[in-house]
Amino acid sequence: MDKIYSRIKKGEILVGDGAWGTLLIQAGLQPGECPELWSITKPEKIREIAAKYKDAGADIVSTNTFGGNRIKLKMYGLEDKAKEINRVSSYLSRSAVGDETHVLASIGPCGKLVMMGEVSMDELYESFKEQAMALEEGGADACIIETMSDLEEAKCALRAVQENTELEVVLSFTFSKSADGHNYFTMMGVTPSQVISEFGGMDVKIIGANCSLGAEDICGVISEYYQSEKNISYLVYPNAGQPHYTEEGIKYPETPEVFKTYVPKYIEHGARIIGGCCGTTYEHIRAIRKVVDSL
Amino acid sequence: MENLISRIAMCVERGKINKNSPYPKDMLGEDGVEELVQQALAMGIPAGKILEEGLMRGMSVIGKKFSKNEVFVPDVLMSARAMNIAMPYLKSAFETGETKHKGVFIIGTVQGDLHDIGKNLVRMMMEGVGWKVIDLGVDTPPEKFLQAVKENPGAVVGMSALLTTTMINMGRAVKVLKDENPNIIIVVGGAPLTQDFCDKIGADKYCPDPQACIEYLDEKLNLSRN
Repeated sequence: MDKIYSRIKKGEILVGDGAWGTLLIQAGLQPGECPELWSITKPEKIREIAAKYKDAGADIVSTNTFGGNRIKLKMYGLEDKAKEINRVSSYLSRSAVGDETHVLASIGPCGKLVMMGEVSMDELYESFKEQAMALEEGGADACIIETMSDLEEAKCALRAVQENTELEVVLSFTFSKSADGHNYFTMMGVTPSQVISEFGGMDVKIIGANCSLGAEDICGVISEYYQSEKNISYLVYPNAGQPHYTEEGIKYPETPEVFKTYVPKYIEHGARIIGGCCGTTYEHIRAIRKVVDSL
Repeated sequence: MENLISRIAMCVERGKINKNSPYPKDMLGEDGVEELVQQALAMGIPAGKILEEGLMRGMSVIGKKFSKNEVFVPDVLMSARAMNIAMPYLKSAFETGETKHKGVFIIGTVQGDLHDIGKNLVRMMMEGVGWKVIDLGVDTPPEKFLQAVKENPGAVVGMSALLTTTMINMGRAVKVLKDENPNIIIVVGGAPLTQDFCDKIGADKYCPDPQACIEYLDEKLNLSRN
């Protein structure tokens, strides 16, 4: 199988997957439960999510490892299971989707603030290194360092992946919109154009935006990325809007119908991998697939 | 004297901790909050004045800028650090009653939720403008909030949730608290929340940032005194 980037360079638009957490919650994940532990305790459920995303038309499927670094697992007392959780999760996605679909393993933030000294850079590096190596061992061919807010943490994760594995790497940040609605920035104040100037030259060929914003608002991020640098390929995984509370529980407002209307706009702004984040499901991916196939 | 106090406020706002602090770069080698507060005390300026007109004023400015997206989390954290370094020199102001706390603010992330970055930011800002804060940490069951309220009658409660699954637990905690203490003020915050959600679970106010919480309580508590 070609690498993700070489497929993009050949002109392909690739379809990613949707939310994992949302589906785990639908399947009964309880508040306070460690989602990544389900890879060990309910592997059939994890495999089913990966398989169903592939069936919905995803070219790229993720892993159940967003919070799989040792520092985050420690909050559940599961730090000693870090290697096992990542290796097994990666294996479950790989075995569910076969060898013709990319497994883009998820590496999320550690959940601590580096600048406050809550975690040292060495500790952070070792934690990402351990995770990335276990994901590669389990069968992933690529990884996405995702939902990042902090440049230092993202750089550390990138170094850990590049220095210790052969995994193809995507780097994705999460942005909010400013109160005046004109600017985008991460929690730590990083703008999309800053991401490009920091990472554009660091052998990162695919940069993304995921989570926090819905399908409409994330257009602004992608457009700022693209205006800063046209030679990078972009990944876009929006949320299905801002969740709201209803009698039947939490609902996300943006339907697959809403999502698919944005696909051409993303592509116009340099997006080459399109999927979804919180609140998106198999139906969203099916809708994106349809649009991509029709182009 | 006024000049010195203004400089303290400015150093808090800029996050200039002390002379040795490398941040911010344009103030390298200059005196920071730690040195200036000691100078102010040596000049005989009352601790309460330094605290209220220097440190708290600086924190208040940074809070307002944060709510307008003019500064970001790292800036607020540096300001909080700058403030904290001076607190040991000034704690006498609270002990003698020269400076009074605005009130007691009990804060915690709700049951099932282990996220603490947002909660900690609110804690720092609330302390920074003069609230006594009791931090119950993460994964806080309703009973723990209830117990803290019993121990601190009249306290305001702040609850945080980052997940769509745990925001439901916020509703339970609000109900338990309001059933026992109908007049208690509960403010809520966290990425997936909205004012609509806040209204539905019966909390008093959704605050998108720490400044919104500070301003809401300032107004609410002044009103209740009238």
